[in-house]
Amino acid sequence: MTLEIILFILFALIGAASGVLMITRKNPVMSALFLILNFAALAGVYLLLNAQFIAVVQIIVYAGAIMVLFLFVIMLLRPDAEISILRTNPLLKYVAIGVGVLVFAQLIYLIFFFKPLNITPSDVAERIQIGTVENIGTEIYTKYIIPVQVAGFLLLSATIGALVLAKKKFE
Amino acid sequence: MDLWTIIIISIIKILFVVTITLLTVSYLVYFERKISAWVQDRIGPNRVGWYGLLQPFADVFKLFLKEDIVPDASIKSIHTLAPIITLFVAFSTYAVLPWGPPVNIFGYEIPLVLADVNSGILIVLALTSLGVYGITFSGWASGSKYSLLGGVRSSAQMISYEISMGFSVAGVLLISESLRPAAIIESQSGWMWNAFIQPIGFITFLVSAFAETNRLPFDLPEAEPELVGGYHTEYSSMKFAAFFLAEYANMIISSGLIVTLYLGGWQVPYIETFGLSSGWVTMMQIGAFFFKVGAVLFFFIWVRWSIPRFKYNQLMNLGWKVMFPLALVNLVWVAILVMLLN
Amino acid sequence: MIPVEYYLVLSAFMFTTGVIGVLIRRNAIVLFMSIELMLNSANLTFVTFASFLGDSAGQVFIFFVMTVAAAEAAVGLAIMIALFRNKQTLNADEVNVLKW
Repeated sequence: MTLEIILFILFALIGAASGVLMITRKNPVMSALFLILNFAALAGVYLLLNAQFIAVVQIIVYAGAIMVLFLFVIMLLRPDAEISILRTNPLLKYVAIGVGVLVFAQLIYLIFFFKPLNITPSDVAERIQIGTVENIGTEIYTKYIIPVQVAGFLLLSATIGALVLAKKKFE
Repeated sequence: MDLWTIIIISIIKILFVVTITLLTVSYLVYFERKISAWVQDRIGPNRVGWYGLLQPFADVFKLFLKEDIVPDASIKSIHTLAPIITLFVAFSTYAVLPWGPPVNIFGYEIPLVLADVNSGILIVLALTSLGVYGITFSGWASGSKYSLLGGVRSSAQMISYEISMGFSVAGVLLISESLRPAAIIESQSGWMWNAFIQPIGFITFLVSAFAETNRLPFDLPEAEPELVGGYHTEYSSMKFAAFFLAEYANMIISSGLIVTLYLGGWQVPYIETFGLSSGWVTMMQIGAFFFKVGAVLFFFIWVRWSIPRFKYNQLMNLGWKVMFPLALVNLVWVAILVMLLN
Repeated sequence: MIPVEYYLVLSAFMFTTGVIGVLIRRNAIVLFMSIELMLNSANLTFVTFASFLGDSAGQVFIFFVMTVAAAEAAVGLAIMIALFRNKQTLNADEVNVLKW
C-alpha cells in the first residue's frame, strides 16, 4: 500500500459516492454541491496522473465558473421540489437499472477484454513533463491553433446565444 | 535534505504562517475600528488594555460565549458547512505566497514560502473562485430571504469580477513568463514593478480584488440597509466569527497577492548596491513585504470608510462595461510591450 | 504505479452514474448536471491515456471538452430561464409542446 494507492482510493471513493449522491438528492442545490465535490475529487485524481495544469483548470473552470452559474440559476428560479419519477412511473426504475448495467458492462468489457493498444506505462518524468503549463500551452498555440480558434468562435456564439435567449423581450 | 528535515521545516513554517495570520487578522479588526474612528473624528476602542490593544481578544471571547443559533428553516448540514468552506479557502491560499527570499539556515537553503509550486498563481485563482461557495451556500442554507438575496448577489458579483481579475493576471504572466510566484517577484527587480509597467492592469486588479473580498464599495452581498446582514444574517457565535475572520483573512491574502503581482513582492529596489551584509538584506526584504502588505491593507480600510456603496446595476455596469474592457486593453498593451522589448 | 484499469473503471462508473441520472431525474438542471458528470468521466479517460501513453494530445483535448461544456452550460441555462419564464416549471416531462 503506497501513498499513491491510498490517495487514489480516497479520491475514487469520494468521486464515485458524490456522483451517486448527486443523482439521488431531491434538492437541486444538494445535487450541485455533490457535483462540486465530484469535480474536486477528479482534480485530485488528475494530480495523481501528474496532470497538474488540468487539475487546476478543472477547479477554476468547472468548480469555479460553471457550477457557480448552475447554482445561480437554481437559486434564481427556485423550482418546486421534484416529485420522484420513480413514484409516478415505477417501471422506469428497472429500465434505468437495466440500461445502467448494460452501459457499465459494455465499458468494463472494453476495458478488460479489448486491448488493441499495448500500453507500456510512460515513466514519471515524462508524465510530469507533458502535464506542465508550458508544454500544453506550446501544443495548443502551435499544433492545435485552428481548433482553438474554432473553440473561441463557439464560445462567442454561445455568449450571444445565451444573451438572446435569456433576454426578456425580443423587440 | 532528508524527508524528516523537510517535514519539520514545513511544520515550523505552517505554524509561523498560521500564527502570524491569526494575529494579523485580529489586529486588523482593531486597526479597522481605529482608522474608521479617525476618519469619523471619534476615538475608537480604548477601554480594554493599553489604548484598547486587547480589544480583539475581548471581541473573540464575547463571540465565543454567545449561543450558537441555527434557524428552524435552515438546512443544518450546509448551514454548518458554509463557514468551514469560507475559512478553509481564506487560510489555505497563504500556502503559495512567498514572504521573503530563500534563506540559509544551518546550511539548508529554505525558501520562505510554504509550497513553491509551478502553477502557484493558478492555485490562488482556483481557491479564490471556490470562496464564493461559502457565501452562496450560507445564503441558501439559512432559509431566509435576506440571506438568499445576499448569496445570489455574491455569486453573480464574483463571477463577473473574476473575469477581469483573470485578464489582469494574464498581463503579469506575459511579463514574468512563469506561473510561480517566486519567478513573478524576480521579474520585477529594481523599479520594474508591474504597477508602473501596466498601471491599467494594476487598477483593474485592485478593483476586482475589492469586489472579490466583498469589501465596500462592493459589499452588496451583506448590504446592511436593505439585507440586514446579507448572507450571514442567520449566523451567530463562532460561525459568525468564522465569516468575520475569513473576510479579514481574504483582505490580507488580496493585499499579499497585489504586492506579489504588482508591487515587487519582498524586493527592495537596489538594496544590493547599499553594501549591507546578506542577513540584513534578508531581514529588510522580509520587512519590506510586510510593510507593503500593511500599506495595501491601510488602503483597503481607507477606501471602505470614504466611498459609499454602489447600487447593484452600477456594480454590474462597472464590472462588465468598464473593468473588463480595461483589462483587455491592458493585456494588449503588455503584449505590445513584450513584443517591442524582445 | 496504479494500473490503467483502475482509472478507467472509475471513469466507467461515473459515466454510468450520469446515464442513470439522465434517466431517473426530471429536473432539467439536474439533467444538465448529469451530462456534465458524463463529460467529466470522458475527461478522466482522456487524461488517463494522455498520461499512460506519454502523449499530451489527450490533455489538450480536455480544453475543447471544457469549452463545449462551458458553452453548453451558458446556452442551456439561458434556455432554462426562458422556459421557466414561460411555463413556471423545470420539469422536463411537462415541456411537451413545440409551440404555445
